[in-house]
Amino acid sequence: VTLEMRRMAENRLGRAGIIALGAVVTILAVTGGAFVVAGANPLDAYYAYFVAPLTREFTLLEVLNKATPILFTGTAVAIAFRAGYWNIGVEGQLLMGAVAAAGIGQLVDGWPSPLVLPLMVAAGALAGAAWALVPALLRVRLGIDEVVTTLLLNPVALLIVQALLHGPWKDPETGFPESPRIAEAAEFPPLSEFIPLIGRSRLHLGFVVAVVLILIAWWVLSRTGTGLRVRAVGLSPRGARFAGIKVERTLLRVALVSGAIAGIAGVSEVAGIQFRLTEGVSPGFGYTGIVVAMLGGLTMPGVLVAGLLLGDLSVGASSAVRSLQIPSQLGDVVQGTLLLVVVGAVAIYRWRTSREDERPPDEGEPQPDEPAGQPPSETSPT
Amino acid sequence: MTFFADILAATFRNATPLVYGTVGETYTERAGVLNLGIEGTMYAGAFFGFATAYHTGDPWLGLLGAIIVGLIAGALMALLTVTLGANQHVSGLGLTIVLIGLSEFANRLMFSGGSLARITPMPLWDPLGSLGEPGTLGGQVATVAHQYGLTYLAFLVVVPVAWWVLMKTPLGLSIRAVGENPEAADVAGINVFRIRYIALMIGGAFMAVGGAFITLAMLGTFTLDIIAGRGWVVIALVIFGRWSIFRGVLGALIFAAVYSLGLRLRITPGFEAIPNEIMLALPYVIVILALALSGRNVPYPGAYLKPYRRS
Repeated sequence: VTLEMRRMAENRLGRAGIIALGAVVTILAVTGGAFVVAGANPLDAYYAYFVAPLTREFTLLEVLNKATPILFTGTAVAIAFRAGYWNIGVEGQLLMGAVAAAGIGQLVDGWPSPLVLPLMVAAGALAGAAWALVPALLRVRLGIDEVVTTLLLNPVALLIVQALLHGPWKDPETGFPESPRIAEAAEFPPLSEFIPLIGRSRLHLGFVVAVVLILIAWWVLSRTGTGLRVRAVGLSPRGARFAGIKVERTLLRVALVSGAIAGIAGVSEVAGIQFRLTEGVSPGFGYTGIVVAMLGGLTMPGVLVAGLLLGDLSVGASSAVRSLQIPSQLGDVVQGTLLLVVVGAVAIYRWRTSREDERPPDEGEPQPDEPAGQPPSETSPT
Repeated sequence: MTFFADILAATFRNATPLVYGTVGETYTERAGVLNLGIEGTMYAGAFFGFATAYHTGDPWLGLLGAIIVGLIAGALMALLTVTLGANQHVSGLGLTIVLIGLSEFANRLMFSGGSLARITPMPLWDPLGSLGEPGTLGGQVATVAHQYGLTYLAFLVVVPVAWWVLMKTPLGLSIRAVGENPEAADVAGINVFRIRYIALMIGGAFMAVGGAFITLAMLGTFTLDIIAGRGWVVIALVIFGRWSIFRGVLGALIFAAVYSLGLRLRITPGFEAIPNEIMLALPYVIVILALALSGRNVPYPGAYLKPYRRS
């Protein structure tokens, strides 16, 4: 029996290797083709995109800096997806957090920083959670698909930002659609102020907050009863319900926590990078968070690695604009290709593995085993 | 009082991309596949349709280019979700990221991103001719009838034919069967994989045409963020329409009416005080409200989100 198991394990390892190899070849073929179209040598381009940013201290710190917002959004997405709650509204929740941070940041001139910073983080979390509340309630109370409602609230959030910037918050001096600069006490300090080893860079407190949040989320998800319930709901709502878990309450809380983390991402961008609200405060960090969460396999260590990888890619893509004249938009293409190929490869691996075990083919991803339109009556205790 | 005629005319115009999208998404979801790649497919249709028209000088060739891009996008979605059985939510969102990225990348290469390349847009039609002075009833009817050919095509040909194919032909029956109960369809001799590929490719072509309508007819140029969430609106309209093409089109008309009213009120005396952004946000809020009121216990296709595997 032991031998048999060992052979199966080796089989799986071999198969995983083959699938991974296929995935890498596919990614290289697709992105390499795009680099050639852009008129660059693919090898130079890969070096510029992935290796060059890691070779100098300044760009290395910038990698961490670029990773900061997507570490937040990746965590927010991963927590929600783990519970089978498809929160695709992280982009809008982030914007609401940014609005809250810019609002408070304008009011706290002269306040002590140790009071202001926690206040801003709390307000941003609250704003993000509030923006996540309506879709979550519609889902658990009425069974309305949260994919649609969270998606549709993203443009609404952007319009609120624009209404503020073209209306009450328009910069009175320049007339630009930018909010007034936040008070000095409301700025996230750069890390070089605390850690003498770090050279001058934009890297700020937000990065530390993001990493701490990931550690907490990892601990909760993998080491506590709450985490177990979240994972159980994601794997099978029906099974979780049989086990006595309050599925609706779990989903609601997960949605709010996810929104809160997204909101903190907005705070971090306003307080650490922009120092004001701008229309471009998020170039799609909420959507990149989905890529980070999926590349990370919806696990917290995975999110950390994937966030840093995409931070690396982001710095590489912007420096390759100058060094190799590759349009920066190619960075998004590489990112999306990574996502599609990895998702496809994982699907193949799970299918082959489940077939070998002669288990009924499962669905590969944590998915609700009931349609989103499930009447809530069946779920409430009777 | 040309106010209502203007709004009605704008409603049909603004509904057109949504109608093509709704027809396309209804086909894919009826086959059991949620295609969140719609936003990217519409975007790629808008860009590549425009680019083809720009380089050939013919907007109708541009439309053909968009259709080809839509077919490819649909086939890619099918490769991921039908052949590989990958998660539909993530595949669709990933497809959207890739297609928007590719369009903007190509836009950068072809038009240096910022340059304002323009084409001669498709002409407006006046099938009824002149019916009288503006302001008279005849003039108002003529205002409403003053539409692009693709709008006429959408409402008079595409919607009824797409409905007829889906509900009355063997192909439509197969599409609905693989979306409702693929095991039974397989036993009945239907090739589930092939039918899902066909549905996703037809759907992708319609989505791309919806996007191309904006560049080839409405604007005559391509701008960044041109789809601006219309694809997500379509996802909502399909649920609102309970996977019926006619109900989905009705939803598209309601959305477009609110949208057009908002645009019109911007230039109407007495309404200047309302921020433009509130008017633009209103249609999204209405869609969410409509879902909240009518989206309870909707009958999702039986195999919605489920990959099919022969065991």
